[in-house]
Amino acid sequence: MKKVKNPQELETLRKTILQEKYSEKPCIIISEKSTCCYLSGSREVVEAFEEGLKNFDLQNQIDIKTTGCLGFCEIEPIVIIEPKGIVYQKVKREDTLEIITETILNDIIVERLLYVEPVSGNKCKTEESMPFYKKQSRFILGNNRFINPLEINDYIAINGYKALANVLYKIKPEDVIDEIKKSGLRGRGGGGFPTGKKWEYARAAKGDPKYVICNADEGDPGAYMDRSLLEGNPHSVIEGMIIGAYAIGSHEGFVYVRNEYPLAVNHLQNAIKQAEEYGFLGKNIIGSGFDFTIKISRGGGAFVCGESTALMASLEGKPGEPRAKYIHTVEKGLWNKPTNLNNVETWANVPLIINRGADWYSKIGTDKSKGTKIFSLVGKINNTGLVEVPMGIKLNEIIYDIGGGIPDGKKFKAVQTGGPSGGCIPESLINLPVDYEKLTLAGSMMGSGGMIVMDEETCMVDVAKYFVNFLKEESCGKCVPCREGLERMGEILTDITEGKSNDEDLELLEELGEVIKDTALCALGGTAPNPVLSTIKYFRDEYKAHIEDKRCPAGVCKALIEYSIDLNKCTGCGLCLKQCPQDAITGEKKKAYNIDPMKCIKCGACYDVCKFDAIIKK
Amino acid sequence: MRKQGELLPKDFRLLDAIIKKYEGKKEFLICILQDIQNVFEYLPRQALIHVSEKLEIPLIQVYGVATFFKAFSLTPKGGHTCTICLGTACHVRGAEKVLDKVKRSLDIEVGETTKDMQFTLKTVNCLGACALGPMMVVDDDYHGHMSQNKVDEILKKYSSRF
Amino acid sequence: MEITLNGVKVQVEEGWTILEAARFYGANIPTLCYYDGLEPYGSCRLCVVEIGKDDRAKLVVSCIHPVKEGLKIRTHSPRVVKARKILVELLVARCPTSKVLQDLAAELGVDKVRFKPKNEDCILCGLCVRMCKEQMNAEAIGFVSRGVNKRITTPFNAKSDKCRTCGACEWICPACQLRCHGPEPPTTLCSGCLNFSPPCVDKYEDAMCYLDPCVACLIDKNEKKIGKKKK
Repeated sequence: MKKVKNPQELETLRKTILQEKYSEKPCIIISEKSTCCYLSGSREVVEAFEEGLKNFDLQNQIDIKTTGCLGFCEIEPIVIIEPKGIVYQKVKREDTLEIITETILNDIIVERLLYVEPVSGNKCKTEESMPFYKKQSRFILGNNRFINPLEINDYIAINGYKALANVLYKIKPEDVIDEIKKSGLRGRGGGGFPTGKKWEYARAAKGDPKYVICNADEGDPGAYMDRSLLEGNPHSVIEGMIIGAYAIGSHEGFVYVRNEYPLAVNHLQNAIKQAEEYGFLGKNIIGSGFDFTIKISRGGGAFVCGESTALMASLEGKPGEPRAKYIHTVEKGLWNKPTNLNNVETWANVPLIINRGADWYSKIGTDKSKGTKIFSLVGKINNTGLVEVPMGIKLNEIIYDIGGGIPDGKKFKAVQTGGPSGGCIPESLINLPVDYEKLTLAGSMMGSGGMIVMDEETCMVDVAKYFVNFLKEESCGKCVPCREGLERMGEILTDITEGKSNDEDLELLEELGEVIKDTALCALGGTAPNPVLSTIKYFRDEYKAHIEDKRCPAGVCKALIEYSIDLNKCTGCGLCLKQCPQDAITGEKKKAYNIDPMKCIKCGACYDVCKFDAIIKK
Repeated sequence: MRKQGELLPKDFRLLDAIIKKYEGKKEFLICILQDIQNVFEYLPRQALIHVSEKLEIPLIQVYGVATFFKAFSLTPKGGHTCTICLGTACHVRGAEKVLDKVKRSLDIEVGETTKDMQFTLKTVNCLGACALGPMMVVDDDYHGHMSQNKVDEILKKYSSRF
Repeated sequence: MEITLNGVKVQVEEGWTILEAARFYGANIPTLCYYDGLEPYGSCRLCVVEIGKDDRAKLVVSCIHPVKEGLKIRTHSPRVVKARKILVELLVARCPTSKVLQDLAAELGVDKVRFKPKNEDCILCGLCVRMCKEQMNAEAIGFVSRGVNKRITTPFNAKSDKCRTCGACEWICPACQLRCHGPEPPTTLCSGCLNFSPPCVDKYEDAMCYLDPCVACLIDKNEKKIGKKKK
């Protein structure tokens, strides 16, 4: 690859690529270059298509493009047949032959592989007709469809690095910052701090050298937006970082990726190498005289390293202990030098804003929250996946219109946003518009974008206990409120779930929670009480049931439930008996069975296998 | 899988090569430890002492870093590492039940290794594969949509004692 | 520069921390992990004070937070006092046999400990670590692991060849000082000075209790009022 020496050469290169690769040639798109797509078997599907096309001597007429995450994770492996855009779901190796002979050779649709809308029963042929995609605004994630993340040319073909060339040659650094300020972009990692302002402070800070960091330590359980962006479109993040570095005056950048994301590291390494070959990174970028390099650093398995000061400590080779932010990291960050840290999704928004303009961008969203946000919609939801929506969209639109509602006809109970720093939003607030302010007012927060849906079988006390235990494990242990306080909160919550508590414990939880919020060293401890306090606020009755009635309404807390068999529904099939690890189930075939409560360890294996809904948990 | 014990001269040469790769710079301590863990499958005591000397970092600091991060293990692991994801999405879909079943089947607690050194049980807080939850990873194999009754079937594939 | 300390405008120097400024003017802010001469660490959080006002008021640790022009500081607001009490309650529950902690509990008016007592010897204030590194130049001990498993030890828990057995760590440790004579089981609190007859220097050559202010003489109605004894 030859180095691109000026914007004109870049445009020439782009035209050449488009001519060579992007004619109306038919193409099979398979999302294989993403961890969970890969795990659902898309590699086999790719291989099957490769074999199949060869068998029919079509390998030169039809392209296979392997891409990153396409968003609708529930129906993976997804195959899209271009140019008509026919979408097939849950494709297996065995299906590929039919797809080739019917759709590719004869333009006939394989009906059984189409996505079926659960409510109407309609079959959807293309992405545009699927309710999952209709209400989304996939400006960032939508590009994954067009890119093989290991091919920089694919990114260039969709106007990649155009924003960078524009900025380096036509826009002054201060004006870049103004544009980002005007756009209203706010940090997508959870803090929601205005990005333009942060860059302004970093630029004004005294000190040399200045550093630029991409925080890819996505630790919120249930959130995987950053992973999908890095795996599926690493160049969008790289381009954003270079633009930011230019605006601030930095020449050295780091991407700190968590240890559990090997594929993201791999794709990023490859992307950096290719960008260097083209001269988009390194010395004299696109002939402009601006230098910038990016290094990748891997985390060591610590959630707390998502906190910016802990991340910087880890980059310096020290344990990831946060420090007080009375002196801001934009002034004294990495090695005490001015450092600008932004989240993956924040960086990915930058080229979009430069290309389309701050005016266009600021029309999307609400008054104070502009642009789109990518959420990971997971948990008890029909359409699990990554959704990108304009700020201000209502929660019920996300959960019902896009998410397809709750599986198995169960009732919606709450949605947890903001990860361990956030809170649970109940049914009564289902019409809440989603933006930074509204979520915080409701007692939760935007966070990095995890959206975990819970139904009537989720116990909110158990959820609070889960989050406290999670944070207890991940706490760095430096400050007393977080280390001691969270452990004690965990003890009280455990007592509540075991029916060993009283009303005073609830008050103590609230008191502890307030003090931890006030005195913790960093945001991990400072926001740790949120899940507890928000569940107490909205689900106090459920806590009271555990405390006063010694009862778990959702049927989750082991110590408070008992498994029994509904004599009317049990057919005596014997499936549960086989599963029981304690031999607690007895009975004769074809007659109703019985569970011995003395032997039962409440593992729930019987409940999981019973096809007749005959196991009762109360 | 190597046993805990003395490091051989060739092991020290390997350590030096890793240190050289990072130009012996203090800030690459974590990267160096990660590379050592990749090769030895854990962090041998002698390796930590050697790194402390070569990088001129006080041993207690090296030890502090090695014990702070969960990715590092100071004891040799079992033949197969079984990791259950306890992320929120997996939790809500019943990951605790899967974990309990694995604990019963292997008769160990989290962080422990079975007596015959065949399995080590770990947990992780979100692998980022939430659509496939609950997730169980054995070595490099990911198993999605887990439930209690699938556990023994899968463990059987890795060890004859099932 | 000028700051407002508990409603009073005072002059301070650039580079002072809030704690230094407060102590200069006699405001009594309790500390545990702070020691003059060692780098402040900010882990016990006892020295928190409230700054700012209304919605934007927040608690910060005074041992690290620098003074700034116009800063409004309240060292004993209700929010601060409540926080300190809970923090001490947590600490006493962790290490009930530490006299320093029991004294702090009595001083702050903590009258119940609502958590199950642990029997830790160490409160992880890190004074020993900083003492060993900064003053003794040995760096033989340090923090290991994280979260509730965090502890202070030598590498591999083994005898360290960097340790010169100078004893500075033991000297500075708040938990190693005089052991408290009697945490009462139900509350985990000592209340020793309330139970014994006044153990002050009038009666004993080596005073048993260093509680400041000493409550013993305040509650003893039989003896003549001796007045407040200082440490």
